[in-house]
Amino acid sequence: MSGVDRDKMRLSGRGVACVRGGREVFAGLDFAAVAGEAVAVTGRNGSGKTSLLRLIAGLLVPAGGTIALEGGDDELTLPEQCHYLGHRDALKPALSVAENLSFWADFLGGERFDFAGSLATVGLAHATHLPAGFLSAGQRRRLSLARLLTVRRPIWLLDEPTNALDVTGQDMFGGLMRDHLSRGGLIVAATHAPLGIETRELRIGGVT
Amino acid sequence: MTLIDLANPTRFLALTARVLPWLAAATVLLLAIGLYQAALAPDDYQQGATVKIMFIHVPNAWLSMFVWGVMSIASLGTLVWRHPLADVAAKAAAPIGAAFTFLALLTGSLWGRPMWGTYWEWDARLTSVLILFLMYLGLMALWRAVDDPSRAARAAAVLTLVGALNLPIIKFSVDWWNTLHQPASVMRMGGSALDKSFLIPLLVMAIAFTLLFVTLHLAAMRNEILRRRVRSLQMMQASRVAFSSEIGPGARGQNASNEVGAA
Amino acid sequence: MTALAALIRRDVRIALRVGGGALIGVLFFLTVVVLMPFAVGPDLALLSRLGPAILWLGALLASLLTLDRLFMADHEDGSLDLITMSRTPLELACAAKALAHWLAAGLPLIVATPVLGLLLNLDMVATGAVALTLLAGTPALTFTGMIGAALAVTLHRGGLLMAVLVLPLSIPVLIFGVAASQAVIVGPMTFGAPFSILCALSLVSLVIGPFAAAASLRHGLD
Repeated sequence: MSGVDRDKMRLSGRGVACVRGGREVFAGLDFAAVAGEAVAVTGRNGSGKTSLLRLIAGLLVPAGGTIALEGGDDELTLPEQCHYLGHRDALKPALSVAENLSFWADFLGGERFDFAGSLATVGLAHATHLPAGFLSAGQRRRLSLARLLTVRRPIWLLDEPTNALDVTGQDMFGGLMRDHLSRGGLIVAATHAPLGIETRELRIGGVT
Repeated sequence: MTLIDLANPTRFLALTARVLPWLAAATVLLLAIGLYQAALAPDDYQQGATVKIMFIHVPNAWLSMFVWGVMSIASLGTLVWRHPLADVAAKAAAPIGAAFTFLALLTGSLWGRPMWGTYWEWDARLTSVLILFLMYLGLMALWRAVDDPSRAARAAAVLTLVGALNLPIIKFSVDWWNTLHQPASVMRMGGSALDKSFLIPLLVMAIAFTLLFVTLHLAAMRNEILRRRVRSLQMMQASRVAFSSEIGPGARGQNASNEVGAA
Repeated sequence: MTALAALIRRDVRIALRVGGGALIGVLFFLTVVVLMPFAVGPDLALLSRLGPAILWLGALLASLLTLDRLFMADHEDGSLDLITMSRTPLELACAAKALAHWLAAGLPLIVATPVLGLLLNLDMVATGAVALTLLAGTPALTFTGMIGAALAVTLHRGGLLMAVLVLPLSIPVLIFGVAASQAVIVGPMTFGAPFSILCALSLVSLVIGPFAAAASLRHGLD
């Protein structure tokens, strides 16, 4: 993706509406984020933070409005340029840490970075050959983070990313996000807790 | 030496390490004697040399039921006495029992081939053994389905005991079903009127195979204990905070053995 | 291609590991086939006449019941979201998953067939014919069953509902599979005609299955 001019990358939504289970979660939502910027989506429970991330990831279809990415890789769709880190870790307990990570690296494709290095960064180098089922919740989250490092994608969609991470884990993750932003990446995170990096807040949920 | 002594897996490992070579040697010796005597035994006037399959078939058939008995006692140990090695014993016995049952089926069908003209006849005895074989496989599948052995242990123990209660009922039903369909029994395996020249080698073989089971079972239990140690070591390694100071290997081994005891 | 190969490798690996269900399907097949004589009686002549039908029914039930969790497990742990978002078309990913399932759960059924043929008093030729028809027909069962597995994710319900949805779809496969095996044993038809139709059914399902499953997964995501 060397041909992409990251500085001009801009993710925007115009009049986005989300309806789930017959209930309107939000409507007429406008947002924009440019490369190098982190957006923190806040709002009370049920205001649609997760839904917004899933809309951007293409996992939900908007009931109205559009979401577009300008200045990204023209050959790829928006979801294909996103990393989605949801509540669930997408890990198989029967496979080892290395097998889990190398599967996602192979399957997601694109540029592949040294994954031993990624595992060391997230603090799992000692567990490479252990089954993922032996990991604690925080370690599973760390392994999911290693996926974001092994396969490079410009947009990170993070849903409560610091859940289950301890203080050192949150520091480590803050560093990773700063690195990502400095390389011209873009972060949209749904969160209650401060992320430990400079963010622009997008508050949703005026709807009753 | 009491059961309490054996309750400590470390002591169990040390003890079995000393006993196993002797057991293996005794097994080989008895098997050799038994096979030699079996080879010397006269041919049957009706069945000819094929009758000698009996010397393998009968001990295997005996063990197929004996092993389920061992597992039932081990299951009681898991559920009632909460003996720490009970589920190790139960788990280790299942594949060995299945193997003996399979051999009983195989030798039975080879024996039946000249009698029936086919390898398989839905004969009451063979059919019962076949159902027993399926139950062994089911039990093994249960052990395999759950990753954590201590969680699988209770489920397997209940299933084993239910199986032990059900086996006579199944046997009775199959006998009834079989006689309903074919009143005349095709052949009688190991009838009671056995000549002494058959009986002695048969007894020797039965003892030899029982010893073989004990040897294999102890070895399999050792493997299972070691496997669980590896598992708990791995879990400890996983939970070790990254970059923290190393724990001494001795201390870790000690902890692991305690965990196996608790498992 | 590496993406699909990685997916197949992962699914086969999980199926064969502790906790995986690959061999339980074979055990189920074995049990169902062993149950039949208790229902119809131990008459060997009758059993050998019913043999192909019994084996086919057993294989049908075994391959459908193991399909239940084809997508469910990936849905529950979030992997399905990432698979949907990837550059690999969802149709191909579905096909790869079904192929992996067939390798881990369908192929062992065919390997077990000769042993079961022995129990049902089928001769060598008849056993070979049944195994061959299963080899040609079980991919069709897997690939049509996959549609039900995808619907099960969409509806958040698996098990019996899926069986009820999928069993009618597998009737043609059953008809021609048994017909081809019977043709070898008793005639009067030739083996070729029903066998060719069986192969055609498999090929059609190879195309339809992934598309239907992917469509149902796409609409069912939430």
